[in-house]
Amino acid sequence: MKRTLLLSFMMLAVFLAGCEPLLVLDPKGPQAARQASDTWLLIVLMSGIVIIVLVLLIYMLVKFRASKQPEDYEPPHIEGSPVVEGIFIGIPIIIVTFLSFVSVKSNYIVENTPEGYVDQEPLVIYASSSNWKWHFSYPEENIETVNYLYIPTDRALEFKLYSYGPITSFWIPQLGGQKYAMADMVTTLHLAADMPGEYMGRNANFSGKGFAENTFQVTAMSQTQFDEWVQEVHETAEPLTEETFEQLLEPGHLGRMTFTGTHLGFNPPPEHDHGAETVHDEHADHAAEQH
Amino acid sequence: MEFFERFAVPHPSPAIYASMVAIVLVSIAIVVGITYFKKWGYLWREWLTTVDHKKIGIMYLISALLMLFRGGADAIMMRAQLAKPENTLLDAQHYNEIFTTHGVVMIIFMAMPFIFAFMNIVVPLQIGARDVAFPRLNAISFWLFFAGAMLFNISFVVGGSPDAGWTSYFPLAGTDFSQSVGTNYYMIAIQISGIGSLMTGINMITTILNMRAPGMTLMKMPMFTCSSFISCIIILFAFPVLTIALIMCTTDRLFATNFFTSTDGGMDMLWANLFWIWGHPEVYILILPAFGIYSEVISTFSQRNLYGYKSMVGSMVIISLLSFFVWTHHFFTMGQGALTNSIFSITTMAIAVPTGVKIFNWLLTMYKGKIRFTVPMLYAVGFIPLFTVGGVTGVMLAMSAADYQYHNTMFLVAHFHNTIIPGVVFAMLAGLTYYWPKMFGFMLNERIGKWGFWFLTIGFCLAFFPMYITGLDGQARRMYTYSESTGFGPLNMLSFIGAGLMAIAFIIIVYNVLYSIKNSPRNVGDEPWNARSLEWATHNPVPEYNFARTPHVASSEAFWDAKKKGHELFKGEIEKIHMPNNSGVPFIMGIIFFICGFSFVFALWIPVVVSLIGIFACMTLRSFEKDDGRYISADEVKATEAKFGGAKS
Amino acid sequence: MNVKNAQPLEYSTHQNQLNILGFWIFLGAEIMLFATLFTTYFVMEHRTGNGPTGAEIFEITPVLIETFVLLTSSFTIGLGVHAMRIGRKNAMLAFFGITLLLGLGFLCVEIYEFVHYYHVGATYQTSGFTAALLTTLGTHGAHVTLGLFWGLFIMIQVAKRGITAQTANKSFIFSLYWHFLDVVWIFIFSFIYLKGMM
Repeated sequence: MKRTLLLSFMMLAVFLAGCEPLLVLDPKGPQAARQASDTWLLIVLMSGIVIIVLVLLIYMLVKFRASKQPEDYEPPHIEGSPVVEGIFIGIPIIIVTFLSFVSVKSNYIVENTPEGYVDQEPLVIYASSSNWKWHFSYPEENIETVNYLYIPTDRALEFKLYSYGPITSFWIPQLGGQKYAMADMVTTLHLAADMPGEYMGRNANFSGKGFAENTFQVTAMSQTQFDEWVQEVHETAEPLTEETFEQLLEPGHLGRMTFTGTHLGFNPPPEHDHGAETVHDEHADHAAEQH
Repeated sequence: MEFFERFAVPHPSPAIYASMVAIVLVSIAIVVGITYFKKWGYLWREWLTTVDHKKIGIMYLISALLMLFRGGADAIMMRAQLAKPENTLLDAQHYNEIFTTHGVVMIIFMAMPFIFAFMNIVVPLQIGARDVAFPRLNAISFWLFFAGAMLFNISFVVGGSPDAGWTSYFPLAGTDFSQSVGTNYYMIAIQISGIGSLMTGINMITTILNMRAPGMTLMKMPMFTCSSFISCIIILFAFPVLTIALIMCTTDRLFATNFFTSTDGGMDMLWANLFWIWGHPEVYILILPAFGIYSEVISTFSQRNLYGYKSMVGSMVIISLLSFFVWTHHFFTMGQGALTNSIFSITTMAIAVPTGVKIFNWLLTMYKGKIRFTVPMLYAVGFIPLFTVGGVTGVMLAMSAADYQYHNTMFLVAHFHNTIIPGVVFAMLAGLTYYWPKMFGFMLNERIGKWGFWFLTIGFCLAFFPMYITGLDGQARRMYTYSESTGFGPLNMLSFIGAGLMAIAFIIIVYNVLYSIKNSPRNVGDEPWNARSLEWATHNPVPEYNFARTPHVASSEAFWDAKKKGHELFKGEIEKIHMPNNSGVPFIMGIIFFICGFSFVFALWIPVVVSLIGIFACMTLRSFEKDDGRYISADEVKATEAKFGGAKS
Repeated sequence: MNVKNAQPLEYSTHQNQLNILGFWIFLGAEIMLFATLFTTYFVMEHRTGNGPTGAEIFEITPVLIETFVLLTSSFTIGLGVHAMRIGRKNAMLAFFGITLLLGLGFLCVEIYEFVHYYHVGATYQTSGFTAALLTTLGTHGAHVTLGLFWGLFIMIQVAKRGITAQTANKSFIFSLYWHFLDVVWIFIFSFIYLKGMM
């Protein structure tokens, strides 16, 4: 079993070091970078703990196994010692305290506009899920897409998440961690992309039959390209009507779709907001004004 | 016909038809077999009506093993489906049903009865009691659990299984998105067995508080009893939350109320909160008795007293308190904001400290010991590093910001299997082997047992370690398929091979039981393991009255004291012993609860009302009944003791 | 098991002591049960959807009657247990009878209250708020109903068998249950009705 463990750790190391980097450890945005560095810190620290326990265990098993002791050896009665117990209470407390500081700091980082983008106006995108699709509304650009997401690089992104149906979870691993989209409130996720590219996005929370295929493609591009794309959509795409949107909400899978206009006007997001009411209202108003 | 259509399975498949046939055939075989061997009377007198804690424990054990195989079959199907990309072994609906039932069966109907089995068998013996405080309530608890388990299992062939995940998050589990009766089964089966669990908790707390042998103070209890006691206190405070949450779900689904709906003021997150306020303590309900078994096993086979008894108890108390203040970590991603997440992140990580204390205490128990590698000890030794891996990945998940990347992925799946399998399942198998002679009077074969251990451990590592990697690579949990381009294929195949090895391990374990029944020598004696605590101070198997004379205790290792330090355990003459009478009422109540639950699932209100009246009639009957129990005469006790090779001194 | 005679009858055997201890522990679980209901209610309090709010449907008169009746019944059952301890069977039965009648009265007013809610459009299905309200009240009411039958059976047993160690034990445990329901009602009264009407 020890061999298996060692083998597994070696395998882990090989996988982490070699071939394709794992998505979570291959960040393309500041939030994901923070989470990846936290993950590395944790992997190293936690491996250390596992190794210490393993070494102690092997030492005990090798040193004190019955076959090595004389036949008449009687193990002593040992009560707990405050010093020894103090040490192995104290060291975990130090580790946990250290990690608590890291955790709190990371929380405030991932829950706010990404570092370095604070003075910019973020791009607001409403991402709503329905069985088993994602609808992305760009209120400022006044366009809406289904199952694909175009984003400009080097700009803060503020996702407003909600769901027409079961709880889903909006997740683009290479840009940052996930957050739930729910039916009766709006949640906010702050992301940003540092470099152009194609990224995998999906619903990570089980939502029924079509869950496995509930994915979307994210394309990050420069702001100029993004503006061109917006322009192109306005020239070519059909407007989104209330009837069309109702049809889109029917359970099922759809390919990529593009519309001008958004559903925010005739089918507004839930009123209830977790925490940031003012922010959300402001954008809702903003969205309404567009119509 | 319309009436019967509701009982049809909405998504039939060859597998379901095959299991229907199998269930019918097995039932017929059992009935015919019992009739042929004229065992109905024996079954009724000795098992169905029993109130003996040891027999109830054995029934829990058998049920748990059966459920282990049911849940295990689900697991194998899941791993087989995911073994290669775009596999078509199962469709989405079946996969969803299977992972839902796998979760529920393993937690509620396998792990819970497994720990109840050992609580029932061992706790009264460890405290020197004749039975639990309320023997008949104990039987009712068992039959309620059993009724719930059976109800849940027939969902597969009657009406359709639940398919909204074992967490049954709303609105997915609401009538809008889960129209079949599957989720009704979930609500009602768990409700029924949950009531049983709650009553077991009350029963055990009363037993441990008020029926300990003279001299056994609370801090001189053997570690398994102590851990069971704390675990039962968690049951007492956690299960009522589940009861209420399930009532609200049931009314939402059957009476169209608006607790968890998306309209009319309903709040879907409330279910998630209530579920995890029960759900998180629940995992400690499972793990604490497992820790207790490891403590017994490690100390026995290191031939050393348990290191740091006080810090062991203290750490369990702290774990039990903290367990109620961490539930939000199951949904850090729900958007509570940085402050709430930070608080729950810290409380969650804090649990690592008392858990770490326990790991180090076990390691130091081996220090200067004389370690014998028996099967129970192998499981305990395997548990320490594997559970540490599970524990430290738990710390990773507790880092809320980073958890945004691990949540809902295979990383999480790997983590909780990494704690529950080495933590609970290994402990149960260790306990099974360790207490087997106590229950049946013969040993399980050590050589075959060791094969089982190695297959299980290697299979476990192969099955679950790859999931950490695919999780970090973006494989979400509960996906029934994935495309080849994701690159998850090879590692999932590895998982499947590991799961196969685990299945072989469980077959070896069952083979070992059968082999040992046939070949193991019966005169195992009273002391097969050179053990230390009080439960070993009586005969194997244990006579129905447990101890001919009440033991007197001076430490947590009373039996060791008696062997090595000349402590006098049993004083005075053998007297007549008061025992409770058997009763058929608990079994009948179990059946009525089953009928009531089944009718509830299908909203058949007339049988619901009739069976509810039946339940109250049973309770009324009990209220009016005069039952003072019976006495086993001193002569009879002496005769039994003589048969076992003389009374214990 | 031998226990000192100084203890009251209901504690006089080991099994009796176990029963009382076990029941106290059971009440611990009941506290958790109602705590969950209250938590749910507080979460749902303002989630009224299209339905009425608490202030719109609560009526003070029936609530005051219910409170008065139930508090009195808690007092009379205390008198009943006292009568039991001094061995006066008839007085005990009388006080238990009054208690159960008061309980029945409470239940009648509560049923009236529920009918009233139905008529003003606050049904079980109306909103999250009404569901939480009616479940909380209903769970308490179901406990009272169960208590009525249980109390009645105990009275029959006391009448037939007299005050023995066993019947005394049962009566005492029943009184604990009844007091507990009263305490729960005080919380319902303060945190649901008064808070809702203010």
